Amino acid sequence: MIAGISIYEILTLTSILFFIGIYGFITRKNLISMLISIELILNASVVNFVVINKYLYPDMLQGVFFSIFIIAVAAAETALAISIIINLYRQISSVEVKDTEIMKY
Amino acid sequence: MERYIFYIVAFIMIVFAIASVSSRKMLRSVVYLLFVLMGIAGIFFLIDYNFLAAIQLTVYAGGIIVLMIFSVLLVHHIEMELEVAKISKQLITGLICLAGLGVFLTTIYSHEFTVVENSISTTTTDIGTKMLSYEAGGFILPFEVISVLLLAAMIGAIIIAKGEKLEDGRQETED
Repeated sequence: MIAGISIYEILTLTSILFFIGIYGFITRKNLISMLISIELILNASVVNFVVINKYLYPDMLQGVFFSIFIIAVAAAETALAISIIINLYRQISSVEVKDTEIMKY
Repeated sequence: MERYIFYIVAFIMIVFAIASVSSRKMLRSVVYLLFVLMGIAGIFFLIDYNFLAAIQLTVYAGGIIVLMIFSVLLVHHIEMELEVAKISKQLITGLICLAGLGVFLTTIYSHEFTVVENSISTTTTDIGTKMLSYEAGGFILPFEVISVLLLAAMIGAIIIAKGEKLEDGRQETED
């Protein structure tokens, strides 16, 4: 536990990060920027898991495992998304959302 | 002392997160995201999960950020500025996000958490033993599943990013 910091303050911080991520996801028009916003959202949830584990159930480790799995899935997702973006750039020379309107060429 | 460090880290994280979703230069936005991720690693260090902080630093700062910088350099001119959404759309989205944040915060602050005061420090040995245990509550099956998932994602990423060139050439000859 962090001395002098209650769970409320950390949950406030993660909520703010989560909604900054959602704001970016809606307003951005570029695929890579949207990926960055998704990373923000995922990281906020990871911190939530860890903090609730540490503050409420300190003798268990489930939150840590869930955050490790979230990090692994996020890494796989980012690798796939970036390969799709690079492939898309080869075919239509753009990574803007408005230009990607066909699922299969 | 830890209290002030937490406040400083939280402030840095929020500022850089906002900068990351509002910067008009792609590469700068990725670098701002790097600072946010390092702040999260700092929070993991503060609540005494050293292993998780190390994972955060290696996987995110070492892997994902480098991957993103590569892709930005591959698909963008470095001086190109991103187009931004309309002001009205930004305002509406900001208001909706603020409303959602309000709902979240009222829910959080009205809930009574039963916090257990403790200073247990988790070692990497504990995490490893628990994760690879076969008994009830062990995490051996998800661990194996996630390894298969990572392998599949790796092969899929290679095939998607690389394999299309041939088909294009074939199509061109057919045409």
